[in-house]
Amino acid sequence: MFRLILISVALLWSLNTAARGTGDLGLVIERADGSIQVIETSTNSSLGRIEGLGDLSHASAVYSRDEQFAYIFGRDGGLSKVDIINKKLVKRVMQSGNSIGGAISQDGRLVAVSNYKPGGVKIFDAETLALVADIPATYGNDGLLSKVIGLVDAPGQKFIFSLWDADEIWVADLSDVSKPKITKFKDIGRNPYDALITPDGRYYIAGLFGEDGMAMLDLWNLDAGVKRILDGYGKGELKLPVYKMPHLEGWAIAGNFAFVPAVGRHEVLVINTLDWTEAGRIKVHGQPVFVMARPDGRNVWVNFAVPHNDTLQVIDTQSLDIIKTLTPGKGVLHMEFEPRGGQVWASVRDEDRIAVFNTDTFEQLTTFPAKKPSGIFFTSRAHRTGL
Amino acid sequence: MKKMFYIFGLLAVQIFAPTAIAEVDTARQNELLYFVKHDCGSCHGMTLKGGLGPALLPETLSAQPKDYLVTTILEGRKNTAMPPWKTMLSHEDASWIAEQLQSGEMQPTELAKNKQSTINPPELKQ
Repeated sequence: MFRLILISVALLWSLNTAARGTGDLGLVIERADGSIQVIETSTNSSLGRIEGLGDLSHASAVYSRDEQFAYIFGRDGGLSKVDIINKKLVKRVMQSGNSIGGAISQDGRLVAVSNYKPGGVKIFDAETLALVADIPATYGNDGLLSKVIGLVDAPGQKFIFSLWDADEIWVADLSDVSKPKITKFKDIGRNPYDALITPDGRYYIAGLFGEDGMAMLDLWNLDAGVKRILDGYGKGELKLPVYKMPHLEGWAIAGNFAFVPAVGRHEVLVINTLDWTEAGRIKVHGQPVFVMARPDGRNVWVNFAVPHNDTLQVIDTQSLDIIKTLTPGKGVLHMEFEPRGGQVWASVRDEDRIAVFNTDTFEQLTTFPAKKPSGIFFTSRAHRTGL
Repeated sequence: MKKMFYIFGLLAVQIFAPTAIAEVDTARQNELLYFVKHDCGSCHGMTLKGGLGPALLPETLSAQPKDYLVTTILEGRKNTAMPPWKTMLSHEDASWIAEQLQSGEMQPTELAKNKQSTINPPELKQ
């Protein structure tokens, strides 16, 4: 009898975990419904939905290194751990009043969340979601807390982030989680709004909202401090209104160029990554929000802030020309490339659908319903620094 | 004396005209609800509880003069991330949004009913 129970338990368990890899899986945030859809990219289909994740406006996700679990960072301060194979919510904690994003450590054991309210970074055990470290973003002499943006993981079990209100970049070394070592860089430029870390994990670059320029930290030479790049790219010209804050991520690097959104200009800025000088600028359809290189770096895809958010443009990284303009529909909020770049997925919020494009022919391959979709996150991120 | 009252009344109309109840038709109201939730929401939070921008809840907004809110919406706030929305919203639109925010009518549950409506903003002038 006991053996029978054992066998049936084992059987159930094996059914439950299903013999399926996760390398072609991903998730789509359904921002208004507090749900995610689990999708797969081999035949481009939806595998199901996980619900009850709270306010997912501006939500993002990172993956465990086994690609079975995703950590979802919700706007309402909720941190959710979901099992994308069994499509269930494993654990959920309300860790702050208002949060903006997160990162997973190099060793996969720590999940960090950057918070607006109370301003700072909280660090959790990736297994249990127990709080293991709290880093309030205190600045000035009055104990003020800054909103934290641009949180990324970095080699050496580090997290790096920027302080919107305080104009600082902090490097937190979590080698000993009971004693985080914080190195602070001050006066890095007015209002850092987001940041990226290069795919090799060497350079951390924060975009500035309050000034024309970016702040760069060479993590291999921290003593050299923060260096200003693209200083004064607006040349003092009046800024156009920015109706949605742009994003920066490590995928903006294509070959020796980095492609980043200009702030308050309808331009994509091109940076030579060999000497970090401006290598060009490309006039585009609107205020760029995401500027993402196809994994092979040959093309860069751009989406835009409202009222130009029905459009995607594709830039050729050799000629720096726009080679294609697509109009998938109103509210194109995000794109995600398959790891080898053959297809790109785009969320079309106002049409409640996901559109999948061939990145060579620009043909729409398929489309399927999703409720107010925003971020799309594929499991390949599990193995990339800064994602 | 009657005349005095009349003049005073006219003056009052002049002074308070900008704060008159905004008239926006139902279709436009739905567009604006969607707009506030999703586009204002990208900084102020979809539930208006704040984000990079402050919360837009009646607790804080009802104490502010409505015209101040209307001006903030249309002209933006200098040296902050709040842009001027006048290229996409009319004075009537902004006025209606301000009223809704102040009265707390724009609760998330209300917003959820308006999922399918979309806004058709005019193209930017520049």
